[in-house]
Amino acid sequence: MSNDLVKLSAKGVNLWFGNKQVLKNISVDFEPNKVTALIGPSGCGKSTLLRAFNRMHDLSPDARIEGKFMLENQDLYEKGLSVTQLRRRIGMVFQKANPFPKSIYENINYGLKINDIPKAERPGIIENALRESYIWEEVKDELEKPATRLSGGQQQRLCIARTVALRPEVILMDEPCSALDPLSTLKIEELIVKLKKDFTIVIVTHNMQQAQRVADKTVFMYLGEIIEEGQTKDMFANPKNELTANYVKGHFG
Amino acid sequence: MRKKLTPLLEWGTLLITTGLVCFFLVVILWDLVSKGASSLSWNFVSSLPTQGMTSGGILPAITGTVLLTMITALVAAPFGVSCAIYLNEYAADNWLTRLIRASIRNLAGVPSIIYGLFGLALFVQGLQMGTSLLSAGLTLGLLSLPYIIITTEEALRRIPASTREAALAVGATQFESIRDVVVPSAMPGMLTGLVLTLSRAAGETAPILFTGVAFYINNPSGYLNQEFMALPYHLYMLSTQHQAIEAVRPLAYGTALVLLIVVFLLNLTAFYIRYKYSKNE
Ligand SMILES: Nc1ncnc2c1ncn2[C@@H]1O[C@H](COP(=O)(O)OP(=O)(O)O)[C@@H](O)[C@H]1O
Ligand SMILES: [Mg+2]
Repeated sequence: MSNDLVKLSAKGVNLWFGNKQVLKNISVDFEPNKVTALIGPSGCGKSTLLRAFNRMHDLSPDARIEGKFMLENQDLYEKGLSVTQLRRRIGMVFQKANPFPKSIYENINYGLKINDIPKAERPGIIENALRESYIWEEVKDELEKPATRLSGGQQQRLCIARTVALRPEVILMDEPCSALDPLSTLKIEELIVKLKKDFTIVIVTHNMQQAQRVADKTVFMYLGEIIEEGQTKDMFANPKNELTANYVKGHFG
Repeated sequence: MRKKLTPLLEWGTLLITTGLVCFFLVVILWDLVSKGASSLSWNFVSSLPTQGMTSGGILPAITGTVLLTMITALVAAPFGVSCAIYLNEYAADNWLTRLIRASIRNLAGVPSIIYGLFGLALFVQGLQMGTSLLSAGLTLGLLSLPYIIITTEEALRRIPASTREAALAVGATQFESIRDVVVPSAMPGMLTGLVLTLSRAAGETAPILFTGVAFYINNPSGYLNQEFMALPYHLYMLSTQHQAIEAVRPLAYGTALVLLIVVFLLNLTAFYIRYKYSKNE
């Protein structure tokens, strides 16, 4: 497993909510410093798969998970593993921007605080994270303003800043642009492409153009299974599976 | 034709019922103010009753009600909020939790006189606290508990899962996510519920009747282990039990007005807190 070309992986994963099987025998590898897009029709299990990696299902009592999840050599579901430590290594950006009901500054500071990052280092980290997320120029004079007053696109970039501030190794993004206008979407896409220098990124998207613009690799899911995966260019140019072909051409969604 | 009439009818019905409710409210307020305003004075709210309560003020009743409400809050808020957090954030969704929740809802429907009797049995006699401010405060605390649990849980339920996940995703434990993000987000709703519950408790007579309220004391109420005067009971006494009911009628209206003002101030506090929170959001 300690392949240099695999940062994050799932092997033989099945997942049920109650009696309903949502993921079926999923095996997938994500390469370091690449952007991988998860695409597929609504309800096919993309979010469910993504959230299994940072153990967001831990709090849903009716979720049952089988299979192996690895971050490099670390089994993510190992007994005794600290989930909070793990989530620091695997950050997440959500579909709807969900800033804390705190100031812009506190939104980033909070994660640093609970992860015991020394107080003296925090202001620098916060500024850097805001710069990396291309929102610094817009907010530097009003860091004490409540984050909820920002526009949707700014909020989402703040949520990304909050995530990168913790220097995770992997960033999971669940349709981060689905609630944004085209201009904000474009900004976030640029940001994603820049961030892959430092992070491994897995992004769920509904938007075929977006997948082609940002993703090195693409994974197509259908009804809880992975149908096809490969280099984004190949997959959109020459899909091997008929389902993939129909989906990427927009025949269903 | 029908399509056009129905909305008009619906609209009209709503308008009339709303108007009716407001009308009665205004009538009651007007009645109170017109009959009670004349007895309101600085002296009325700052001095002890004199001459068998036919003159003087109602200071002990005011301090009694204020202190009583504070004890109620101190008793009910921490327990109620903790219980609601447990039920909404931690408890598994199973039959036991549902049973607990149903019991709490039923408790909220128990007549307040029953709480009074329960307080008498438990605090006054059982725990030997006697008829006192503390016994009455604890009793009112019990009465308020289910309301606080219900309103707090309602406020917590309104916080979307994505808010909790935001905290978890940056490495917060479940407890940290609740303490630092969920509860602060739910605070306006929780405080509104708390204050509304307290303003209801402040106006209760039955639960304090057997547990500590007194007809008359000659000092401003303020000792935990002693009997006290309270506005709603004072009002009740003046309007039904006093030997010179007609003579003290203006005082009764004045007392009612003061009680209303106390409750209004409580509500104003809730409004102010919510305003401050919404500004920070
Ligand atoms: N917490 C849950 N409990 C029960 N069913 C769920 C839960 N989360 C998702 N599902 C179901 O799992 C399936 C996959 O959902 P999801 O992963 O959100 O799909 P996608 O992100 O691809 O649109 C859907 O049918 C959805 O209804
Ligand atoms: Mg989804």
